[in-house]
Amino acid sequence: MKERSMTAILAVILLILAFLSLFVGVINLDPASLLAGDMEQWGVFLVSRLPRLLAILCTGVGMSVAGLIMQQLCMNKFVSPTTGATISSAQLGILLALLFMPESTLWGRAVFAFAAAILGTWIFVWFIQRVQFKDVVMVPLVGIMFGNVIGGVTNYLAYKYEMTQALSSWLVGHFSLVLRGRYEIVYLVVPLVILAFVFANHFNIVGMGKDFSRNLGVPYLLVLFLGLTIAAMITASVVVVVGSISYIGLIVPNIVSMFKGDRIRGALIDTALFGAIFVLVCDMTGRIMIAPYELPIELIVGIVGSLLFIGLLFYRLKHGRKAVRLKNLWDGGCRASAGSVDGGESS
Amino acid sequence: MRIKELTKKYDGKTVVDGVTFEIPKGKVLSLIGPNGAGKSTVMGIISRLIARDSGQVSFAGTDIKKWKSRDLSRRLAILTQSNHVQMKLTVRELVSFGRFPYSGSRRTKEDEEIIDKAVAYMELQDIQDQFIDELSGGQRQRAYIAMVIAQDTEYILLDEPTNNLDIYHATNMMKIVRRLCDELGKTVILVLHEINYAAFYSDYICAFVDGKIAKFGTVKEVMTKETLSAIYKVDFEILEISGKPLSIYY
Repeated sequence: MKERSMTAILAVILLILAFLSLFVGVINLDPASLLAGDMEQWGVFLVSRLPRLLAILCTGVGMSVAGLIMQQLCMNKFVSPTTGATISSAQLGILLALLFMPESTLWGRAVFAFAAAILGTWIFVWFIQRVQFKDVVMVPLVGIMFGNVIGGVTNYLAYKYEMTQALSSWLVGHFSLVLRGRYEIVYLVVPLVILAFVFANHFNIVGMGKDFSRNLGVPYLLVLFLGLTIAAMITASVVVVVGSISYIGLIVPNIVSMFKGDRIRGALIDTALFGAIFVLVCDMTGRIMIAPYELPIELIVGIVGSLLFIGLLFYRLKHGRKAVRLKNLWDGGCRASAGSVDGGESS
Repeated sequence: MRIKELTKKYDGKTVVDGVTFEIPKGKVLSLIGPNGAGKSTVMGIISRLIARDSGQVSFAGTDIKKWKSRDLSRRLAILTQSNHVQMKLTVRELVSFGRFPYSGSRRTKEDEEIIDKAVAYMELQDIQDQFIDELSGGQRQRAYIAMVIAQDTEYILLDEPTNNLDIYHATNMMKIVRRLCDELGKTVILVLHEINYAAFYSDYICAFVDGKIAKFGTVKEVMTKETLSAIYKVDFEILEISGKPLSIYY
């Protein structure tokens, strides 16, 4: 099964990279002394390296799956947590938590972020459903504007109450603060992604339109809001721990769907794996480039992501919506996905 | 299926006005009429896509509102105009959605056989792994019909199935409609703009004007010079070709 082998290759790449990433960082870890039982090394490993890896994996999987769901439900390839105001709403939620409950724990902030992200995404989708845009590009543009309005409110409040310093850690995503005890919320991504997999066919049917899903006896609004809620909660749990990370939810599902099509059941695992690889490579690049210092992931993802995005647009211009066929383009497909990994490292 | 005193208003304007008729089982019924006569709205209401203001639609003895949506989707299928599909689904994936009302996400072996048959019936075997957004309009329309066949309902409702198709594909579409009725025993209800297709391929015609039924009857009863001129407000001549009344308008 050629279709499966793409998944297998992605999984193997991810495993190798994940293993390597555990030994990249300021303090030198090496497998030999870990096996020899060096307590100090184990400490670093368990408190910092492993949590960081797990957070990265959850972020990559979560953001790309959230993007996949949003794109399907909104019938628009340019919608994602970034262009759908989800991330900025979650940030506003965090700020409100900091303002009203200065003593709040990570969980307290998470609840605020969940509520705000869900509400923001619902409002956005409600709006684009009311105003039927003829041009598909209008939808993400409206989303970006809406997101910026919310971001503006966030910034205003942050300035007014002198919270800009505190907020900045949630505005630019980075993994350097991920330590044991401070990141576990991101695990919520796992059950949410499983839930998304269970309802994958429902999301597909709703993505085909209101009449289409009514005909098949699928409750359109219920599934739409369920899907958006899942996507918003995934996004919010990532934003609370890591901060905002753009582009992943936009680019990863688009690249995968070029090879795999839009059937969520078929594309979800590949999207998740590819998303994890993408974030992991970007994070390792950020750690290596100016070692012993590190660059925030948001910066690397921003650069790599925008390059890939432009590439994607050019590809679409040249080839239209034609799919990349795995059957006849199997070699080419491998090269393309390997190419993007290389691209991440070289930039 | 019985429709009684159906009424629907949009922004105070009455679009469907006291429509009463009965859908003959196992036949092809075409709804015709000028633009804005309410035929598509009636179609939407009897397939529970559009909410009605008043009146009754009873299906198998029970009002359509009281049916569970999923149960109804095993007995009645509707296809609306699907002009711009953005989705990259293969033909087979689309057809397999027809089994969703029965098995949800867990398709059985029997489902796969039904899907195979539907694909074969619409002669889509060669293109079943192609993406629907890369197909021609005619092929895509056939893929949707295959989905409806897989849905295995007694009633099939088609909203302007010949829209945006050229003469070749539109005529093929109408032949398929006839086969759905004659070979598979389906009751097919169509909204059509092209009266001659309605005349040649259906058993009954229901003509709408201004939200009311102007004439309901067999093809021969409706396809008269007087009736059609009154409905469309242009001059008509009726010719008989291979035993069917066809119209010329000018």
